[in-house]
Amino acid sequence: MLGLLLALPILLVVTAAASAVVAKSDRIARIVGTAGCLVTCGVGVPTSLVAVLRASRDEIRYGWTLPVGELHFGIDPLSAFFLLCIFLVSGIAAVYGAGYLLAYAGRRRLAPALVFFPLLVAAMATVVLARDAIVLIIAWEIMSVASFFLVIFEHDRPEVRRAGVLYLIASQAGVVCLFVLFALLGRAAGSFDFDRLSGAALTPGLANAAFLLAVAGFGTKAGFWPLHVWLPDAHPAAPTHVSALMSGVMIKMGIYGLLRILLLLGPPPSWWGVVMIGVGGVSGIAGVLLALAQHDLKRLLAYHSVENIGIIALGIGIGLLGVSQRQPFVGFLGFAGAMLHVLNHGLFKGLLFQAAGSIQKATGTRDIESLGGLLRTMPVTGALFLVGSIAICGLPPLNGFVSEWLVFIGAFLGGAAFAPGWTVYAILVVVALALIGGLAAACFVKAFGIVFLGEPRSDRALQAHESGAAMRGAMLVSALLCAAIGVWPAGALRLVAREAAELARIPAGAGPSLPMLSAIPRAALVLAALATLLTLVRALLLRRRAVLRAPTWGCGYAAPTARMQYTAGSFARPLLEPFALIAGARLEARGPDGPFPTSARYARHFGDMAGERVFAPAYRRVLHLFSRVRGLQHGRMQLYLAYILITLIALLVWQLSGLGGR
Amino acid sequence: MSAAGTLALQLAMLLALPPLLPGVIGRVKAWFAGRRGRPLLQTYHDLFKLLGKGAVYSRTTTWLFRAGPVVSLACLILAGLIVPLSGPRAPFGFTGDVVLFAALFALARFFTLAGALDTGSSFEGMGASRDAAFSALAEPTLFLVLAIMCLPGGAPSFAGAWTALSPVASGVGRAPWFAAAAALFVVYLAENSRIPVDDPETHLELTMIHEVMVLDHGGPDLAFILYGSALKLFVLGAVLVHLVLPFPASGSWTFAATLVAGELALGVVVGTVESIMARQRLQQVPQLLIGAFAIAAVGLASVTFQGVR
Repeated sequence: MLGLLLALPILLVVTAAASAVVAKSDRIARIVGTAGCLVTCGVGVPTSLVAVLRASRDEIRYGWTLPVGELHFGIDPLSAFFLLCIFLVSGIAAVYGAGYLLAYAGRRRLAPALVFFPLLVAAMATVVLARDAIVLIIAWEIMSVASFFLVIFEHDRPEVRRAGVLYLIASQAGVVCLFVLFALLGRAAGSFDFDRLSGAALTPGLANAAFLLAVAGFGTKAGFWPLHVWLPDAHPAAPTHVSALMSGVMIKMGIYGLLRILLLLGPPPSWWGVVMIGVGGVSGIAGVLLALAQHDLKRLLAYHSVENIGIIALGIGIGLLGVSQRQPFVGFLGFAGAMLHVLNHGLFKGLLFQAAGSIQKATGTRDIESLGGLLRTMPVTGALFLVGSIAICGLPPLNGFVSEWLVFIGAFLGGAAFAPGWTVYAILVVVALALIGGLAAACFVKAFGIVFLGEPRSDRALQAHESGAAMRGAMLVSALLCAAIGVWPAGALRLVAREAAELARIPAGAGPSLPMLSAIPRAALVLAALATLLTLVRALLLRRRAVLRAPTWGCGYAAPTARMQYTAGSFARPLLEPFALIAGARLEARGPDGPFPTSARYARHFGDMAGERVFAPAYRRVLHLFSRVRGLQHGRMQLYLAYILITLIALLVWQLSGLGGR
Repeated sequence: MSAAGTLALQLAMLLALPPLLPGVIGRVKAWFAGRRGRPLLQTYHDLFKLLGKGAVYSRTTTWLFRAGPVVSLACLILAGLIVPLSGPRAPFGFTGDVVLFAALFALARFFTLAGALDTGSSFEGMGASRDAAFSALAEPTLFLVLAIMCLPGGAPSFAGAWTALSPVASGVGRAPWFAAAAALFVVYLAENSRIPVDDPETHLELTMIHEVMVLDHGGPDLAFILYGSALKLFVLGAVLVHLVLPFPASGSWTFAATLVAGELALGVVVGTVESIMARQRLQQVPQLLIGAFAIAAVGLASVTFQGVR
């Protein structure tokens, strides 16, 4: 099984190479690239599913000529589960991309998107299969670079280039932490092989340093606040199916890395859990507030990724606290909820990004304020966006509810079972999840309501049309999977049970069972039955009566226009007002004044505090520091030769004087 | 009583009793104002009248507008079957039901708000915006109260909480639950669009919250919404009553009778609050809700640090 799974990244690399060879013809490249991804994912999804359900464990080693380590790959339930997420979301995104890229045909070479997409998927699969730090870091870097090239697909737009560079800087800054992390661990264990790392006896100080480095390094990719600053720029800049892939699974590689390190590090102290709860709570609340402030649909969705990563971190926090407080069942619920949310977020965020891309393709804009009434012109996209919205808000009967429910239950039980000083953190998780849920619901009522309901706010929105079969099909599959997990949570739990049990340090077995999960499908059934019954009652009552169509009640005003509708900005305002500091609100208002007032202006801007107050000043300071070093660099050959000579002499002196040792 | 019997009794209570609460509140308000007021059973009358009417739908609206009242009411009925009304165990209770309970309220609200936005009316958009904001800010308090309630039982379920709460009949032991009840009361007023958050009897669209969202509904749809608001008063009120009153550990009829008495008393309290308080300015509502959260946090502190559990 591991051999087959290892063949898949190779197949993807071959696909990428083949797409590059036929890059001249957009049509052939599109067919080759999509078909390669589809075949790989078509094999990968069932294979990894079987691997998860059978809890396969296997490993393969190949020698290589590098001085460090060897090519070591392995599969266990944790890897298999993330592989399932990767192949599932990538397959759906590839189908969608085949339809979506048609919009660019003739305007732009499609080859970069078709070459780097399979490469990105291959790199992610390799990250998950790697059992050696060097292999993992190499795959990690290929992943970052491949996704960078996908982000700058529309590189002739300056804002896309800016987003790409920001992403590259953030990726490399994050990977520096990983270098230090693995260097520390590797020195302690004498090897970069995960088998040796997990056996190494680490001092508490070293384990703590490794944990914090993993949170920072993997957290940059995952998008923990405030390391998320690259995310809201990079995700919208990429073509839609890439946004879906990046937001759906690529940022989850950070979660995978963190969980893998947690497995290697041994029993966690309680404060690790508190750190994750803090990180998760802040990411979740700040992410959803910033999302609420956005008017660009894809940017809004990108900030929701920060929010959902926060929910995952809250789950991991409960998991860690459960382990350290010797409540393995609580730990199990936390980790299971976190991991199931990884899959769920991949599905509904993929769906939402794809719907946003369809809207962009149909109307030429992503600006929520100029849309409206799309449910009539794009009925399928609209209905599926509604499914995604309900799922992302964590509402029943869809998948988001199931994973958040698991974390909630873990937190409730933890509140009752933890040692007195630690219960408050479990209750904090309950409160944070509740606030995140409430704000997310407000945000998606806004997004769905302003975009799809009411009257079209511009001509562009008026001329919208439904998207093609490939795009609709991809969205439909995602939506059906969201519903399937929502109404069959017991089946979904089997996907995460073993690895959650392992993380919760429950001795071998399939993990504890949750009989109460059967109540969720029952509730969904009752809900559906009640809704059907009420619809029938209403139809029966209205059968022989007058059912009229009339204009919306406008308080007697006779000439309403579509521009008079409530806007997204005004909808979000009452919620952003109390949180103006986090949302970075700036008001730009000039009222009419003087005896003959002419014009007035009112604009509200929202910035990202983390970017504007933390990273931009820090970046400027670093730039200033480096500008001094620039003095060394004059571009004169003689000077450079002199540097080399001085260095050589210095090294010689160092070595001869015996300071260098032997 | 058998499971089917409990289900039948609970369904009967949910169908028959909720419209009584707006009547009680109305009578109390009328008594304070020195008026005769509307009949106690007026809401039943209104419901029958609306169910007998035709419907007018706005040309702007889509299928979502029609789905709104149906889905919302279905959610509230299911929530009513999750909360125990006739014994510590509800027909659809399970471990973790408190989370589903709160989520069903949120789902009902999602569809109400979306239905309001579907009309394209700026008044209804304004109401939806305010309702979304206040309910999002009320959500943490609601969950905090549920958490405090579930701590003694050790399990996140109504059944666990009720069985653990019943023996603690009175005295200092109940203090945290009184704090939780006080916080929940503020949430209760906000969720049900009562004074001091919203005035259900205002006549100016600009100042309404809940009423303005349903301006374009009529006939059976409005009946569903009206019944839904009464149901919300009743179902969330049941949780509030449980926190305050000592309940028998078993025995469906005494249990149900205690609950109904508590609900009616709650109606009187809400009517009194509505009569003696003015509505808050909209900007001050978040402060009110944060205040409620603070009260609940005090309750949590007293549970965890006094070692009541």
